[in-house]
Amino acid sequence: MGRVITLENVTKRYGAFTAVDDVSFTAQPGRVTGFLGPNGAGKSTSMRVMVGLTPPNGGRATIGGHLYSQIPNPARHVGVLLDASAQHAGRTGREVLRISADTMGVGPKRVEEMLELVGLSGNEAKRRVRNYSLGMRQRLGIANAFLGDPSVLILDEPVNGLDPAGIHWMRGLLRQFASQGGTVLLSSHLLHEVEMIADDMILIGRGKIVAQGTKAELLQTRGTYVKPEDPAALLQALQGAGVEAIPSGDGGFRSEAEPIDIGRAAAAAGVVLIELKPAEGAGLEEMFLQLTSDDARESITAQGVQV
Amino acid sequence: MNVATPHGSVAPGTLDLTADKPVPFGRLVKVELRKMLDTRAGLWLLISIVLLTGLVLVIFLINADDKSFVNAMQATATPQGILLPVLGILLVTSEWSQRTAMVTFTLEPHRGKVLWSKVTAAVLLGLAAVVLALVVASAVTAVGGTSDAWHDASLQLVLQYVVLQLLSVLGGLVFGLLFLNTAAAIVTSYALPIAFSIITSLVSSFHKVQPWVDPGTAQTPLQSGEILSGKEWSHVIVTSLIWVVLPFAIGMWRVLRAEVK
Repeated sequence: MGRVITLENVTKRYGAFTAVDDVSFTAQPGRVTGFLGPNGAGKSTSMRVMVGLTPPNGGRATIGGHLYSQIPNPARHVGVLLDASAQHAGRTGREVLRISADTMGVGPKRVEEMLELVGLSGNEAKRRVRNYSLGMRQRLGIANAFLGDPSVLILDEPVNGLDPAGIHWMRGLLRQFASQGGTVLLSSHLLHEVEMIADDMILIGRGKIVAQGTKAELLQTRGTYVKPEDPAALLQALQGAGVEAIPSGDGGFRSEAEPIDIGRAAAAAGVVLIELKPAEGAGLEEMFLQLTSDDARESITAQGVQV
Repeated sequence: MNVATPHGSVAPGTLDLTADKPVPFGRLVKVELRKMLDTRAGLWLLISIVLLTGLVLVIFLINADDKSFVNAMQATATPQGILLPVLGILLVTSEWSQRTAMVTFTLEPHRGKVLWSKVTAAVLLGLAAVVLALVVASAVTAVGGTSDAWHDASLQLVLQYVVLQLLSVLGGLVFGLLFLNTAAAIVTSYALPIAFSIITSLVSSFHKVQPWVDPGTAQTPLQSGEILSGKEWSHVIVTSLIWVVLPFAIGMWRVLRAEVK
């Protein structure tokens, strides 16, 4: 059975900068939860808090009801990949896994099984990590995370550096893990990666959770955008028809109703429409792009200040 | 994933830890020893210690005037005294320079336990170097020693030698822990005690306290082939408290609180 990952009001400050700001969410067993946000949004810091590497200034993170540090031999329950490059460059891939296996107390046979699981061939496993591509390091990191036969996976940017075939493979691996009851939390700064793999999504920007829900909920472009000649007349017509609509600020309205219902209400009241179409941009993508562009602007400003 | 988990009383989504056992300390020590041997840097360092110990004793056999066991043993102290601190340093700093500390402290979140396992590994490796030195020194003495080569050998002198070498490996480890950076730790662990010795010997008002604060002065009797007096042991203990125990405590405190990236 999988275990719930729970963050309650986790806050981490670095001086005046708040990297993680009152973050709360859960990742459920049997589901792949995508943790999505631009670089520097607080994903990695949140994940380090989960596994006890970063002490939070406030709040707490638990896995299956326990602080990570309170789990004896935690690798047997929680598979962690925080940074695929954080491996000793002078060790062979197999040796990296042997050290983890020896620490957590699983045999060398398990190491060979995991090498096979992630598709590192005998020759590749014998090479030193400094000669690995990022994709190979990710595979090694995944093998390391699966080594202790965990029921929870915490993976920071696991898809980064993988080719499309590798992403497809990762998707299959994590989906299977979740379908057997495992809990998966994976972070990414690329919306489409998460879209491909996750069931649930948590969107973080500047240390704050800005949206969360199932993928279906968040990606749906539900409802209608309508722009009439006479806004007041349309609003009155829609109210008369029992359709709720909110102004979108450009003389138009957004509504949860279908375009045909709005069209009928407008026709019945004789209101002239300029535009009538399924709503766009209310979805996750626009929110995500906005977050990303805000941060891009900020970094330019910061560079300007430095110079 | 666990097969058919019989966690009757446990709420869904929570983790039943009743059957879980912590990682045994001995296993951590074994892993630390393995980490020292499985990289080129570590392996060559150990090979260098073996080769230099042998080389020094060969030179001793050819050149020394008084080929006694104690002199042979003392001869190995210098090359080992140079390399053992590096071994102690690498045991700690490689985790930070290679960023493996993230994995190490994720596998065993009790960082203090990990650091103590490193201390234990350092002591074991130091002892192995000592045993090697003693065995080769005995062999050299047996082959080419003078007729009364064993006359001044005593268990206490051997123990003094062991203390000296262990202080050297632990002294290195402590500097590694303090800086968490290989280059800074190596430079400081060699330069700082020497600089400190020079300063304390230059200033005449320091002469009285020098053996109590300067490890170089305090440890000289350990290398002299003489049995230490009570006061000389006190010097060794006090300087070790200042140069090994105190920085270890500071380094440990920092690592326990720090964020691991």
